[in-house]
Amino acid sequence: MNETILRTEGLKTFYILDVFGTQKVVKAVNNINLDIRTNEVYGIAGESGCGKTTLLKALAAAIEPPLRLVDGYIFYYVDGKPVDVSTLSPEAKRKLRLDYIAYVPQGSMSALNPVIKLKETYRDFIESHVSGKTKEETVAMAEQHITELGLPPKILEAYPHQLSGGMRQRVTIALAALMKPAIIIADEPTTALDVVVQRGVVQLLMDIQKKLKNTIILVTHDMGVQANIADRVGIMYAGKIVEESTTEKIYGDPQHPYTKFLINSLPQFGDKSPRQSVPGSPPSLIDLPSGCAFHPRCPHAMGICAEQTPELITLDTDHKVACWLVGGQHGKTA
Amino acid sequence: MEKLLEVKNLTKVFTMGSILSRVRLTAAEDVSFYIKPGEIFTLAGESGCGKTTTAKIILGFEEPTSGTIVHNGKDRAETKGKKVWQEEGIQAIFQDPFGTFNPLRVVDRYFFETVQGFKLAATKREAIELIDETLRLVGLTYEEFAGKYPSEFSGGQLQRVSIARALLTKPNLLIADEPVSMVDASLRMSIVNLFKRLKEETNLSVLYITHDLATAYYVSERIAIMFRGNIVEIGPVEKVLMEPKHPYSQLLRESIPEADPTKRWSKRIVLAETEEEEYLRVGCKFAGRCPHVMEICKTQPPKDIDVDGVLVKCFLYNGTPATPHE
Repeated sequence: MNETILRTEGLKTFYILDVFGTQKVVKAVNNINLDIRTNEVYGIAGESGCGKTTLLKALAAAIEPPLRLVDGYIFYYVDGKPVDVSTLSPEAKRKLRLDYIAYVPQGSMSALNPVIKLKETYRDFIESHVSGKTKEETVAMAEQHITELGLPPKILEAYPHQLSGGMRQRVTIALAALMKPAIIIADEPTTALDVVVQRGVVQLLMDIQKKLKNTIILVTHDMGVQANIADRVGIMYAGKIVEESTTEKIYGDPQHPYTKFLINSLPQFGDKSPRQSVPGSPPSLIDLPSGCAFHPRCPHAMGICAEQTPELITLDTDHKVACWLVGGQHGKTA
Repeated sequence: MEKLLEVKNLTKVFTMGSILSRVRLTAAEDVSFYIKPGEIFTLAGESGCGKTTTAKIILGFEEPTSGTIVHNGKDRAETKGKKVWQEEGIQAIFQDPFGTFNPLRVVDRYFFETVQGFKLAATKREAIELIDETLRLVGLTYEEFAGKYPSEFSGGQLQRVSIARALLTKPNLLIADEPVSMVDASLRMSIVNLFKRLKEETNLSVLYITHDLATAYYVSERIAIMFRGNIVEIGPVEKVLMEPKHPYSQLLRESIPEADPTKRWSKRIVLAETEEEEYLRVGCKFAGRCPHVMEICKTQPPKDIDVDGVLVKCFLYNGTPATPHE
C-alpha cells in the first residue's frame, strides 16, 4: 500500500451565515475521515449540493469565511511528516500550497485571461512560482511542458478564444501540473464537455498522473468517468462519506443503497427499460434529516435509520460503508 | 407522414474577422431533418458542431442564410418577422438554468409575466391555478416555489422550473438545448424521464439537443449526429447508436464512459486543436482525425448515402446517393 499524503480527521467545515439576525449553519462537510495516498487517483462522487466542492476547498487549505473549520484536522504529509494545516500562518500556508497542491476549480476553462496570449499566462504563472527566469527561459519551459503532455506547442501563441472548450480545459489542467505538485485537486473537470473531449481530458489527467506519479483527487458526479480513471472512490452524501472502496468493489459490489442508485441510474446501451433516478431530492445541508441523512429517500429505511447516524465501518480491507443494513450494525449502539 | 417541424437544407454562414482577413464559417451546412408530433428527436454532437445554431434558427433568433423551415405546415418565410414562440407554440429551455433566470428576481415573476403576455388567465387566482397545474407536471407545487429566488433552488429543481415555464403556453414543440449537461447523473434521468412522460401524456414533441448519447438512446426514437455543421448520420437510435456507421459516430459511441472499471478506454484519441481549422476543411470535415481517411476525403465533401435505413455522409460506404428527405 502506498503511503499517506493527505489525511483528515473528523473534519467538519460549516458555512456559518448570518441571515437577518438568525444564524444559519450549512453543514457542508460533516465529520469526514479521509486517507489519501501517494500515486493514486482518488475519486469523490455524489449529487450536486452534497458538499463535494466544500470538501475540496478544505483539502486545498482554502477555508475562508463564511466557511469555517469547526472541528477536526487536515494533515499534509511533507517528506513523510504530518503537518497540521490549520496551525500554519497564512504566509506559510500559501508557500506550502504553491509547490505542494494544485487546485483546478470548476469551470476552470474560463480562468484564462482572454486578452493575453497563452504564453503570457504561462509566464505569469511560472514567475509567481520561481524567480530569476528570463522571458525566453519561461517560454522554453512552457513549450517543453506542453509538448511532454502531448499538446501542440503552437497553442502558446494563441489567445484563449481561439481554442476549443476542450483544448482550453486541457491547457488549464496542464498549467496546474506545471510545477509538478504532489497533489492535484480537480473539481468537475469534465462536466459540460462532450464525450470525446471528456475522454481527451481524462486521457490528459492519466498522462499527468503516470508521469508525475502524484496524487489526483477528482471530483465528478459522472460515475462513468470515475470508473475510467479512479483507483479508489468515495461516495459522498449530505456532507459525509457513506461508502469508500476500490473502484472495482464500488462498481462490482456496492453496499450502500445510495451507491447502488447512483450506479443503476445510468442508462445503458441496448437497454431501454425505464430507469429511476434516486427518488426525492438531496436534503438541505442547513436542515439535515435525523439519523442517517439518506433515510427519507432510502427504500430500505428501518426504524433505527431515523434515530441514529450509522458509523463508517470497515467491511474488509479498503471497503468502508456507513449503513445500518450492512455489517450487522443493526441493534448495536453507535 | 405527418411532420410537425421540417428543416430543409438549412445553411448558416457566419462571417468573422475584419474586412481584410475575412473568414467565412459555415456553422450549419445543408441540414435537413423532420420531427413528428409526439416524438423526441435527438440532435447530438460535440460542442461547436452547429447544434445550437440550428436551434436558434428554428426559434427565429437567427436568420438562415438559405434553406427553409416548415412548422405546422406553414413555411417560416410566410410568418417572417413574427415571434415564433408566440405564434407557433415553440418553446425552449437552455443548458444553464441559473443563466436562464435573473438572480435578483423571484422566479414566479417569470411565470406571471408569461401568463400576462400570452393572456392565459383573466384573474390572479386563475393564473395561480394554471401555474400550479403546470408545476405539478414537473413534480413541483406552487407553494414550494412562490416567492423564491433562483439561488434557493437546486440545479435540477431550477431546470424543472424552467421546463414548467416553457410548458405554460402549451407548446407543441419544446427545444431543449443541452438541458442535462449541467446537472448530475441521477437528476439527468429525472429530466429525461420527464420528457418521456410529457410526450406520452401531452403529445409534446421535443428536439433534444445533447452530447450525452446514453440519455439520447434512452429517450428518443430517431437521432441525427452532427459534426462541424453537417449531419453525418441520421436514423433510428437503435441503428445509429448500436451499430454506428460513420467513423465520427463510432468515435462518439466508444467515448461514452461505462460505469464498469473493467471496460476502461484503451485506445488514445486525437482532438482537434481549434474548431476553426475543422470548419474550414474542404472535403470531409472529419478527415483530420478519421482513422480510415482516404485521398478523396480531403478534396471532396461526401454525400448522404442510404445504408440500411440510415443516412451516412461518408466515402466508406458506396451505394445510391439518398434522395433528400427520404
